[in-house]
Amino acid sequence: MSVRRLAVEQPDGFEFSRENLEWANAQLKKYPDGRGQSAVLPLLWRAQEQCGGWLPEPAIRYIAELLNMPHIRVYEIATFYTMFNLESVGKHLVQVCKTTPCWLRGSDELERVCFEEIGKPESISPDGNFTWRRVECLGACVNAPVVQINADFHEDLNAQSFRTLLSQLRAGETVAAGSHAGRHASEPGSGEDGNANDEQETLHFNGFK
Amino acid sequence: MLSEKDRIFTNLYGFQSASLEAARKRGDWRNTGALLAKGRDWLTSEVKESGLRGRGGAGFPTGLKWSFMPPDPDASALPNYLVINADESEPGTCKDRDILRHEPHKLIEGALLAGRAMGAHTGYIYVRGEFIHERECLQRAINEAYAARLLGPNAAGSNWHFDLFVHHGAGAYICGEETALLESLEGKKGQPRLKPPFPANVGLFGAPTTVNNVETIAVVPEILRRGASWFANLGRPGNTGTKVFCISGHVERPCNVEEEMGVPLRELIETHAGGIRGGWDNLLAVIPGGSSVPLLPADICGKIRMDFDSLKEAKSGLGTAAVIVMDKSTDIIRAIARLSAFYKHESCGQCTPCREGTGWMWRVMEKIADGKSSPDEIDTLLDVTKQVEGHTICALGDAAAWPVQGLIRHFRPLMEGRQRRR
Repeated sequence: MSVRRLAVEQPDGFEFSRENLEWANAQLKKYPDGRGQSAVLPLLWRAQEQCGGWLPEPAIRYIAELLNMPHIRVYEIATFYTMFNLESVGKHLVQVCKTTPCWLRGSDELERVCFEEIGKPESISPDGNFTWRRVECLGACVNAPVVQINADFHEDLNAQSFRTLLSQLRAGETVAAGSHAGRHASEPGSGEDGNANDEQETLHFNGFK
Repeated sequence: MLSEKDRIFTNLYGFQSASLEAARKRGDWRNTGALLAKGRDWLTSEVKESGLRGRGGAGFPTGLKWSFMPPDPDASALPNYLVINADESEPGTCKDRDILRHEPHKLIEGALLAGRAMGAHTGYIYVRGEFIHERECLQRAINEAYAARLLGPNAAGSNWHFDLFVHHGAGAYICGEETALLESLEGKKGQPRLKPPFPANVGLFGAPTTVNNVETIAVVPEILRRGASWFANLGRPGNTGTKVFCISGHVERPCNVEEEMGVPLRELIETHAGGIRGGWDNLLAVIPGGSSVPLLPADICGKIRMDFDSLKEAKSGLGTAAVIVMDKSTDIIRAIARLSAFYKHESCGQCTPCREGTGWMWRVMEKIADGKSSPDEIDTLLDVTKQVEGHTICALGDAAAWPVQGLIRHFRPLMEGRQRRR
């Protein structure tokens, strides 16, 4: 269990944008009549996206009223589920997996890179680009060590490739998600350095390509 | 070793497209309507005869689970629900991720067939919050299926109405427990429910519900198409079929791979994952089924088969078939202490033995790893694991206790040695 609190400084109000409100109303149709509360996690997530990566207290109240729920119920959900950021974060939220499979393959090294390149965990870097934290298993263990940056999984990292990745992001470049050792997905690599077999074509991660 | 013709997940690695068109070329959605027309009883009995056991960790017979569902509901009764557990968070496990992003149509077709077999007109797939691209892939595939009239009214020409919805979590391991998942799907904190009543009687929204793992549902269409006996002839009696194994840690080529149930662990690692880093003799221990099962030391690893019953005999478990390999360079006390930290973080806080016990076990494990513990603390730790195990609403308490028990069972001299070094 982790104890989580709301940020001290909060904006005055929150409202879904028109597109998001339409989207939210469509979400409610997934659940039986009178069960709109079911949509609370997707709606809170959308609110967090609209707020630039964190969930302010007025947004929690707004969602509660939208779903006819007591404020306290939504508050306890926002504090229970750890993907809701209760304080603002940098442009790139860097989540370093520290559970055993990633740890066995060098996540300590990645953590060191974070200290050197970004600073201490859970605080926004001075340039506003990064916030980093340690997280528990991200579920990509055969591509360890793994770091999730916003929606993207970056896999098969080492200190050097991770440092490069961070500097590319700092420079405003877009970096493809997936393996940084040339693998396509979760297939066995070619050996020593974990690189893909030469005959296998390497594609950017996209299930539909 | 599994022959190519028996492979179910032919696009596990995503070298081909996940689209409906490509999935159809691989054989998905072939005569689904005819299978559905054979009716509910045939579907359930065929899955029963195949010997399929749940792929989410517990290994409960799938057909039997389906048969607990009440008869097809009429308009006045509560509906039956199918819920698919894609909240894959067990450390070491990343098989469902590949199914969601590379083989979504196997899952969707399986959901329709399973829905018919349990009289459900509605299915929900609960995807873990972190899998953002994966749930987008799945949603695209579902949209394709609706457009091709494979879902919705008269799904796949079967006269059966079936709707399938994607729902997502927001970073709580405990929501992989089926009743916590249902709570979460109802828009609450993910805290497990007391059982009984079981979900087949009182599940989602108070209605009869069956919760199945992604892999379980995704193999169903192939079983029905090729016949129960085909599946039952793979693997070993009581442990039939194929399984996606996730091999992580200190191997040359970590990977996901589909293999026959009962494959020897050594063969699995050496054939598919390039062997242990530094050779087989460099092996220290393996966690064979995801973080929740006790580890096995190297001497047992050489002769064990990977199935539910063999691993149970060795006082471990197949779990989710996530093989975490540790070579001799590993500080194994630290490795298990990391898992204790995981369970401390993920305990939902509902039951006292787990909420307090996981933190306590983690602190003592760290102390032992640092060489700062006193000699009697290993016995106290073992005693505490026994007090947590079996005394909580869900199995998270057990899952936190077992890795520590496994460590003490096989590496006690190492733990004691570290105390003396102080």
